Amino acid sequence: MSQQAGAYYIPHGSRWPIIAAVGLFTLMWGAAHWLDGIEPEGPILFFLGVAIIIFMKFGWFGEVIRESRSGAYSSQVDLSFRLGMMWFIFSEVMFFGAFFGALFYSRGLQVPWLAGEGHGALTNYYLFRGYTGGWPTAGPDAIGGPFKTVPPWGEPLLNTLLLLSSSVTITIAHHALRDGHRRRMLVFLAATPILGALFLWFQAHEYINAYTHLNLTLHSGIYGATFFLLTGFHGLHVTLGTIMLLVILYRTWRGHFSKEHHFAFEAVAWYWHFVDIVWLALFLFVYIM
Amino acid sequence: MSTDAATHHDDAHHDDVPKGFVHRWLFATNHKDIGTMYLVLALVMFFVGGSMAMVIRAELFEPGLQLVQPYFFNELTTLHGLIMIFGAIMPAFVGLANWQIPLMVGAPDMALPRMNNLSFWLLPFAFLLILSTLFMPGGAVAGGWVMYPPLILQTGESLAFTIFAIHLMGISSIMGAINIIATILNLRAPGMDLLKMPLFVWTWLITAFLLIAIMPVLAGAMTMLLTDKYFGTNFFNAAGGGDVLLYEHIFWFFGHPEVYVMILPAFGIISEVIPTFARKPIFGYKPMVYATASIAFLSFIVWAHHMFTVGLPVGAQLFFMYATMLISVPTGVKVFNWVATMWKGSMTFETPMLFAVAFVILFTIGGFSGLMLGLVPADYQYHNSYFVVAHFHYVLVSGAAFGIMTGVYYWLPKWSGHMYSERWGRIHFWLSVISVNVLFFPMHFLGLAGMPRRIPDYNVAFADWNMVSSIGGFVFGASQLIFVGNIIYTVYFAKSKVPARVWDGARGLEWELPSPPPHHSYSTPPEILPGMLAHGDITH
Repeated sequence: MSQQAGAYYIPHGSRWPIIAAVGLFTLMWGAAHWLDGIEPEGPILFFLGVAIIIFMKFGWFGEVIRESRSGAYSSQVDLSFRLGMMWFIFSEVMFFGAFFGALFYSRGLQVPWLAGEGHGALTNYYLFRGYTGGWPTAGPDAIGGPFKTVPPWGEPLLNTLLLLSSSVTITIAHHALRDGHRRRMLVFLAATPILGALFLWFQAHEYINAYTHLNLTLHSGIYGATFFLLTGFHGLHVTLGTIMLLVILYRTWRGHFSKEHHFAFEAVAWYWHFVDIVWLALFLFVYIM
Repeated sequence: MSTDAATHHDDAHHDDVPKGFVHRWLFATNHKDIGTMYLVLALVMFFVGGSMAMVIRAELFEPGLQLVQPYFFNELTTLHGLIMIFGAIMPAFVGLANWQIPLMVGAPDMALPRMNNLSFWLLPFAFLLILSTLFMPGGAVAGGWVMYPPLILQTGESLAFTIFAIHLMGISSIMGAINIIATILNLRAPGMDLLKMPLFVWTWLITAFLLIAIMPVLAGAMTMLLTDKYFGTNFFNAAGGGDVLLYEHIFWFFGHPEVYVMILPAFGIISEVIPTFARKPIFGYKPMVYATASIAFLSFIVWAHHMFTVGLPVGAQLFFMYATMLISVPTGVKVFNWVATMWKGSMTFETPMLFAVAFVILFTIGGFSGLMLGLVPADYQYHNSYFVVAHFHYVLVSGAAFGIMTGVYYWLPKWSGHMYSERWGRIHFWLSVISVNVLFFPMHFLGLAGMPRRIPDYNVAFADWNMVSSIGGFVFGASQLIFVGNIIYTVYFAKSKVPARVWDGARGLEWELPSPPPHHSYSTPPEILPGMLAHGDITH
């Protein structure tokens, strides 16, 4: 920890952070225009921002990889990166916490109150008479019309198995890396993003099915809102995680990682386990219960 | 480290300042340069938000509508809040953290210097986004900085811009906080055990934890607003089974820890400054640390005291009231410890100490009015009145902002190598401390008499105290120009050099380095000798 002896490592200046700031700004500036219906400026700026960010990712990560490969980073720098990744994942947990909080609050308190429980009796009597609550619900006005939920024991169960096995494969790959079994490592590492992509395929299928057959949409009251925002943000994270896995797969294939030094590998593995755990919570609280 | 990597990166270890504006500032990785940029941005935003406050006070100088249209008035109150919180107070504290934490723990720089650059540079863009909304069709957001739905969903084009600006500020805060935690946990010099760290570092460690825990929650709330407005979700629509109170719960789960984000670093600064000028170690170092941690923990379970009047179940109101009352215990520990540190000290009253003493007294007033607001039955009267405005301006202006000014006067000689003008510092202090009370104390009376917040016009019964308050406001606003003048004078014009230990009584690693410190403070971990640290014997 702090008892590291010897000289401190300080990276030199870099142009990538300011490019990242410009890219994010352009993306958001464009997204806001787009949402307000200002076209074509909105989409153009948005995609320009996306392009700048992709360019920045290659540049910034490339620079860090080159520095790391040249052996510039001490074990102290390594620990700084680890701390950074850990706290980033913690912030992601809190982000999902906001949406889970919304789910629990709506389902446990708000909907029963609308249905006249507790101190909601008069609200129900004067505004929503006849509304009995329950879950799933699209609210007293049944906004979005009647809908059915996605049955948990079909695709969601399959997706659970896919993600759980992907967590196993990446762990096997990690152990293989530490033991120096290159072939085993590559096979199991390659299996992981494939499982991730399969998950995304089935989730896309599930969404299409929800929209076309179940009439479950983003507009389906509080159920639709929590369902799509929770599973949607999770899906985005799986997408990101899959891209990260492909990057480290490429880097493993190029032989970037040694038995001792493979922080990028571990960071992606942590992230993947985090995505997996969020899914388990989703499967339990959104699909089953 | 291999040999050629060492040669390749050798330039980084030398004390060279990057040449040219672009390399030094746009590509900056140095904690001092980035800290300076944060502080300058905060000062600029302090005046942007401050000029909005001046217009607000000018409009409220007399009853009736004189200067601005009601809608513009509401835009001003909203943006004043958002800019002062996210643009002035928070960046100022991050700037102080950037400058001071590496110096205080014996680190060469922040742990993740390039991310540090990104966290800073997102902010100017975020404020460009949010300020641009003033010129959009339909105007800026005008529903108050808390942005409650359904009112806020009636905003025109500017809502998306504001939400994205807040996302940028959140990303910046999270990265800044991660960097601060990594620096504190990983880059301390040997011998700088956790329980030997300066209290400013401790308070920032806990603040950084709060930031990482709450900013994503704010992002969640903002995202729900965005989808409700643009994608047809029903999070905040009762007809769809949603609830506007859901927003308030999520927002205040962020919002209450956020107020501690804006005060804990100030506690840290005061805990550094009072021992220096009382020439005594801080009284009760460990209790100060534990009190900070307790405040942080409690801040997560008190959020609904912002919403006592919305119709919560009685049991919930009682829980949140008692939890709120509990916070006064660790806060009281802090106030008593500051007083006990001064007790029988050989005190002198240079400008930082004047601000620190004023902080202790005025923050305590704000704390007491907070206790009053925390009482459920009393809050039914005070809610949404000027009493609330008085309360949070006491803790944020004469609390957080005074804490920042304390820190700037205390460390500016160290940063610049020159002494500020003590005479003008004192003039700034006395004008500020008198005018801030003239400005905010009458608001207590106005609130108790029933004047609501966020209105451009009011009953003539409130005329006298509003006029007094406005006069105080103008004097306070004008006296901040002295602050800027003094900073510019110190940095560019002051002749007198200061020694490494600028203040006789000052202890801590930052005072062992020359003033100004070298571009990279330490290239190897410094050795900590007995008596270097500020808090002396910490066994009690």
